[in-house]
Amino acid sequence: MAELKKTDESMDATPNVAEVETVDAASEEEAVAAFDAPVSRGEPILQVRGLVKHFPLTQGILFKRQVGAVKAVDGISFDLYQGETLGIVGESGCGKSTVARLLMMLEKATAGEVFYKGQDITKLSGRALKAVRRNIQMVFQDPYTSLNPRMTVGDIIGETFEIHPEVAPKGDRRRKVQELLDVVGLNPEYINRYPHQFSGGQRQRIGIARGLALNPEIIICDEPVSALDVSVQAQVVNLMEKLQDEFNLSYLFIAHDLSIVRHISDRVGVMYLGKMAEIGTDTQIYDHPTHPYTQALLSAVPVPDPESREGRERIILTGDVPSPANPPSGCRFRTRCWKAQDKCAEEVPLLAVPERFKGSDSLAAHESACHFAEEKDVVHAA
Amino acid sequence: MTIIDETAESPAPDGAQDAGRPLLEVRDLHVEFSTRDGVAKAVNGVNYSVAAGETLAVLGESGSGKSVTAQAIMGILDMPPGRIPKGEILFRGQDMLKMSGEERRKIRGNKIAMIFQDALSSLNPVLSVGYQLGEMFRVHQGLSKKEAKAKSIELMDRVKIPAAAARVNDYPHQFSGGMRQRIMIAMALALEPDLIIADEPTTALDVTVQAQVMDLLAELQREYHMGLILITHDLGVVADVADKIAVMYAGRIVETAPVHELYKRPAHPYTKGLLESIPRLDQKGQELYAIKGLPPNLTRIPSGCAFNPRCPQAQDICRTDIPQLFPVTEQDGGELAGRGSACHFWKETIHG
Repeated sequence: MAELKKTDESMDATPNVAEVETVDAASEEEAVAAFDAPVSRGEPILQVRGLVKHFPLTQGILFKRQVGAVKAVDGISFDLYQGETLGIVGESGCGKSTVARLLMMLEKATAGEVFYKGQDITKLSGRALKAVRRNIQMVFQDPYTSLNPRMTVGDIIGETFEIHPEVAPKGDRRRKVQELLDVVGLNPEYINRYPHQFSGGQRQRIGIARGLALNPEIIICDEPVSALDVSVQAQVVNLMEKLQDEFNLSYLFIAHDLSIVRHISDRVGVMYLGKMAEIGTDTQIYDHPTHPYTQALLSAVPVPDPESREGRERIILTGDVPSPANPPSGCRFRTRCWKAQDKCAEEVPLLAVPERFKGSDSLAAHESACHFAEEKDVVHAA
Repeated sequence: MTIIDETAESPAPDGAQDAGRPLLEVRDLHVEFSTRDGVAKAVNGVNYSVAAGETLAVLGESGSGKSVTAQAIMGILDMPPGRIPKGEILFRGQDMLKMSGEERRKIRGNKIAMIFQDALSSLNPVLSVGYQLGEMFRVHQGLSKKEAKAKSIELMDRVKIPAAAARVNDYPHQFSGGMRQRIMIAMALALEPDLIIADEPTTALDVTVQAQVMDLLAELQREYHMGLILITHDLGVVADVADKIAVMYAGRIVETAPVHELYKRPAHPYTKGLLESIPRLDQKGQELYAIKGLPPNLTRIPSGCAFNPRCPQAQDICRTDIPQLFPVTEQDGGELAGRGSACHFWKETIHG
């Protein structure tokens, strides 16, 4: 167990490496060194500023010209603090998975910055990027397609050590993989089995073991439990919470199931059509939502308790999410919003603490991107 | 059991079948599949019934046999490898398993229709939705292409697809997920059946759209006074729409109850565990209760109660004797209508 803990060797990392602009060999060294510096609990470990991803829409075969863009993520800013779980919720197509891919550098951001320990990682490449990736790992949604069916569990988890040999020397790898299997609650003797020999919940545990292999600091979980059965979901959620305490991990937990997100998250961000609609602590978002979209989303969740449901108000939105290739002007939610006025079509609401709640210590005083933000409890029975 | 003579073709006037007799009754149904690893017993003696205007929710995890039961009712099981060794499926008192293929075809779509989970893969991508909707009328009622199209537009209007007349010639990929599911509902409704089986109708949809679709389904059910069998794994969706619930585990019904009762006082350890293992939206809990272990392999169902390896209350009797669906009563013996639990220790579970 002890080997899995991070060894804090380079405490004397140079501060303020954020000023490094061009990545030459020397600064790359510096950057890599900086990534080993620990971040104390409650400090931001990942800072996202104005992140944008537009996928171009092209026409023509030989001479492709761009005719537009799918604005999957359109200016998102948030912080992830050391040791916390930040939940991101939203409907399909709102860009939450694209955010995950951008943070992993699996997609190149169109604009914006992602600071990991003060260093903008969107500009990195080569060795420095590899070092970042070691510290930010991912757990994927579908445990049936994210594991290679032709590789054994040992190879799947051990592959990470091929790419980052400094984490585990060659002779040590098998033992390390077995240790990881034990950590996620699988029998270490299963090391030579293939993914098809496991159930969905067990496969997701393999996915988690792979995510843990490199002792990362941040794990980005993209819908990690949505493909699992209810009784197995609880097992995996409990495992993830246990691992977080044990290895001091920070989670970015992306899901569409609002109940699971409330359970696991310290803070929650609500996304709509490529923008953050509202962000705050779980109590602020769930018990004191101020953005109409959050309120509609929460009120639509079926509650497994017929009695508490009867007193609840339900807001049923009309229509579908507009196309991200051609989002509405002003506030993106205005086409489905019951509060929309002329101002909403003209002015893009900024994500900030609403004017009326400024200075108040009410739980409604959290960032919300609405011109007419108003507190409304939709979760509890009246 | 009086057999009331009714030709399958004559449409019964609304409410005529209400006289206490269930619309559909499944009795001791068994379904098994031959696989390379032996015989998988997917359904092991299921009993349930639905009356007109009633919603029965069948709740269970994957592999519990809930969808296989539905497919057996629809007569769309792949046989072989599937086999129905035992059981009866009575639709208005007539056993459908004894009917000829031709007779069943008349019932399918006309009297009993099904809504599938994944609308994108259930619709044919190379045919327009208008054509696919119209097929119901052309095949069953012999309408002309033109008449069928007019009917399709009418149907699309009824399930609230905007600009139906303009969209009737569109293809499935041009619709959003919620709209596609509406088309599936329209298709099931086309011939105004008496019973609709909805197999996870909203699982693939977002919560806001899910609420729209469930509302529409409930509204149409009221309007046509249909019976509805709602198959789902989502305890939340069930709470919203069902009248009564049947919980399935490893091919058996382990608990039946009216919807309010089940959530208030579960009488089976499996149901209890399920209810405790879901996080709540309206309160932040501590560690989730997790049912340990995995659902059983259907080729090797544990002896006795199938839930015994995962059950916190299991005793020796649970490993040897299969519990029947015992009627559940109040502590003083007072009757609880519609409640049953297949647990040797239901008394301890509900009252203890």
